[in-house]
Amino acid sequence: MSDSREWTPQAIQAEIDALKHKPGALLPILHAIQDRFGFVPEGAVPIMAESLGQTRAEVHGVISFYHHFRTSPPGRHVLQVCRAEACQSVGARALEAHAKKRLGVDYHQTTADRDITLEAVYCLGNCACGPSIRVDDEIRGRITPEAFDDLVDELRTQPLEVIG
Amino acid sequence: MSVRVFVPRDTTALSLGADAVARRLEREAQQRGLELTLVRNGSRGLAWLEPLVEVETPAGRVAYGPVAPSDVPALLDTGLLEGSDNHPLAQGLTEAIPYLARQQRLTFARIGVTDPLSIVDYLAHDGFRGLEAALTREPQDIVEEVKASGLRGRGGAAFPTGIKWQTVLDTPADQKYIVCNADEGDSGTFADRLAMECDPYMLIEGMAIAGLAVGATQGYIYLRSEYPLAKQVLDAAIARAEAAGYLGDDLRGSGRTFHLEVRLGAGAYICGEETSLLESLEGKRGLVRFKPPLPAIEGLFGRPTVVNNVLSLAAVPFILAEGAEAYANHGMGRSRGTLALQLAGNVKRGGLIELAFGTTLRTLMEDFGGGTASGRALRAVQVGGPLCAYLPESQWDMPLDYETFAEVGAGVGHGGVVMFDDSVDMAEQARFSMEFCKVESCGKCTPCRIGSTRGVEVIDRIRANQNRDANLALLGELCETMEDGSLCAMGGMTPFPVQSALKHFPDDFQRAPEGDRS
Repeated sequence: MSDSREWTPQAIQAEIDALKHKPGALLPILHAIQDRFGFVPEGAVPIMAESLGQTRAEVHGVISFYHHFRTSPPGRHVLQVCRAEACQSVGARALEAHAKKRLGVDYHQTTADRDITLEAVYCLGNCACGPSIRVDDEIRGRITPEAFDDLVDELRTQPLEVIG
Repeated sequence: MSVRVFVPRDTTALSLGADAVARRLEREAQQRGLELTLVRNGSRGLAWLEPLVEVETPAGRVAYGPVAPSDVPALLDTGLLEGSDNHPLAQGLTEAIPYLARQQRLTFARIGVTDPLSIVDYLAHDGFRGLEAALTREPQDIVEEVKASGLRGRGGAAFPTGIKWQTVLDTPADQKYIVCNADEGDSGTFADRLAMECDPYMLIEGMAIAGLAVGATQGYIYLRSEYPLAKQVLDAAIARAEAAGYLGDDLRGSGRTFHLEVRLGAGAYICGEETSLLESLEGKRGLVRFKPPLPAIEGLFGRPTVVNNVLSLAAVPFILAEGAEAYANHGMGRSRGTLALQLAGNVKRGGLIELAFGTTLRTLMEDFGGGTASGRALRAVQVGGPLCAYLPESQWDMPLDYETFAEVGAGVGHGGVVMFDDSVDMAEQARFSMEFCKVESCGKCTPCRIGSTRGVEVIDRIRANQNRDANLALLGELCETMEDGSLCAMGGMTPFPVQSALKHFPDDFQRAPEGDRS
C-alpha cells in the first residue's frame, strides 16, 4: 500500500475540515476518509467526534450501522458478490460458494496475500445480466465460476503488468 | 463524412465489456483509415443486447448486439458503418426492434438516444421544457398540474405525489427541502439507475420543478453507494446544469433559487425507507422514525420535506411540458401514466419496459422476456422487490396495477420482476427473505429485529423436518406478529414473500434441503 494511503491525525483533520460545514456532514466525512485511506481508522473517531461536537459513541454508532464502512484495512481489491434474488435465480448461490472456496476466505475476510477482500452485496442494479459482482468501482455481469477464476487471476497478476 | 457510432456506457453495458468494444472500434477504424465519431450514449434498456452498438444512417439508427470486442473486425468487414444487415448480430433499425417499439416511453424517451451529459442533446429532445413552463407558473398551479396527472409515488408506496407536494406547500417554514430517494435497493430493479446514468438532467429538472412548486431551495439526491457510476454522472450533470443556469441562485434569470447535491448512502437497505433515509442524510444511524409527524411537515432537519422516488420526480418534466392530461391518458383505474417495469433474474431478454398500467406478467415474461434464460420452465416470479410476494402461474394474468395486485396480497412496488425457473427451491427463497431482513433491519422495533432471526431458525427447522406442523403454525404466528407489529415495511412486509412461498409452493417445504430434485 502506498504512503499516501497511510493515515495521520492531520490528514484525517483535513478531510473533516473540508466537509464539516455541510449539514449532516458525518456520512460525507466517513466516505471521504474511507475513499482516501481504504478504511475508517479507530483513531479517526475521537477527531471526528471533537470536530462535529458529537460523542465518540455517536460516531462509532454511525460507523457500525452501515455495511459500507470498515474499520480495518482491506486488501488491494474489494470484491463484492451479489447475494440478492435476481442473481440467485441465475446461480449466485453457486457463485458465492465458488468464490469463498477459490479465495479460501469467508465474507468480510481478506486473502492471506492481502490481494482480495471478499464482501457480500445486496443488489448492484445489474439484475437482467447476473450473477453480478463488483470489483472496486467496476461492476461485472454474467459471472460464471470460470469467469470468476479468470478475474481473480487478472487481479492477482495486475502489479506485474508493467511489461504488457 | 464521419459516421456516428454509439457505444453505451451505463453500468450494464460496461459490466459486459462496452469499454473494450469502444476501444476496439476506434483502433480498427484507425487501422483501416475509416472515419467514425464515437458517442458514448446511455443504454436503451435492452439489457440482453448489451453492449448494443448503434450506427447513424440516413434511415435512422441501426443496432448490433450483443457485441464482443472480437466481433468488431467482422462487423466492419460486413458494412457496420453503412448500417448493413449482413451480420448475425444485426438487429435492424433500433426503433423498430419489437421490444422497444411496443413500449410507451414517456419517462424513458431519451435514454440511450442521447449523450447523458450533453445539455445540447437534452434540449434537442424536449429537455427543460417542463422547467421553463414551471418558471412562468404559480406554485399552486404546478401542484395542481401534478395532482391532475394522477402521478403516484413510484418507489412502491404509490402515494399521490401532488397531495404530498400540497402538504409541503401549505406548511410554512424558513427552509424546505426536496429529497430524492435514489436508494434503489430492491433486487430486480434498475430503472432509477438507468434514469440517473442515462438521462440525469431529467431528474435534475424534476427536482427543480418540485422546488419551485413547494418553495424549497435545497435538494438532495440520496444515492446508494452501490451505484458508483450514477454518482459520477450526477455530479458532472449537476455542475453543468449550474453552469448553464438550470440550477443555482438564479434559475434561468428568474431570480428563483434551487441548489442540488448528491449524498451517498453506505450500504444500508433500510435507508430506502423515507424516514430512515432522512436520519441518514442528517448524518445519523438510519433508524426508522415514528410517523406522524409526516416528513412533509417535519422532515429533513425538522423542516417540511418532499421525499420522492427518482421515477416520481423524473415523470414531472413530462407532466409540466405536455400537460397532466397527456400523462393521465395512459393507465387504468387509479393507476395513471406509465410504469417502468424491469424484467430481471432468469430471463432470456431482460431489460427496461415502460408501459401504461394494465399489462400482464405473462405478456411481460413471455412476449417481451422470451421465457427463462436457462430454457427451463418458469416457476415463480417475485414482483416489487424482496418485500413482495412470489407469484405462481395462476396469478400471471392479472392486470398490473396497484389495486389489482393489492387485492391478492401482492405488490407492484418499484416495478421489478424477478423470474425463477423450476430449479428454484421456494423454501430456500423464504428463508432468504427472513435472512435479508435480519441483515438489514435497523433494529429499532422488536418484531423486525428479533422476528427475522427467529424466522430463519423456524424455517430451518421446518426444512429439517423437526416438529413440522408445530413449526409451520409458529411461522404463521411469527409472520402475523411482524406484519402487525413492525414500525415500517421492512419487518411489516418481509412476511409477504414468506407466506406466498408457503401458500403457493407448499411442496418445497416438504422435503429436506439437500433433496434429490432434478
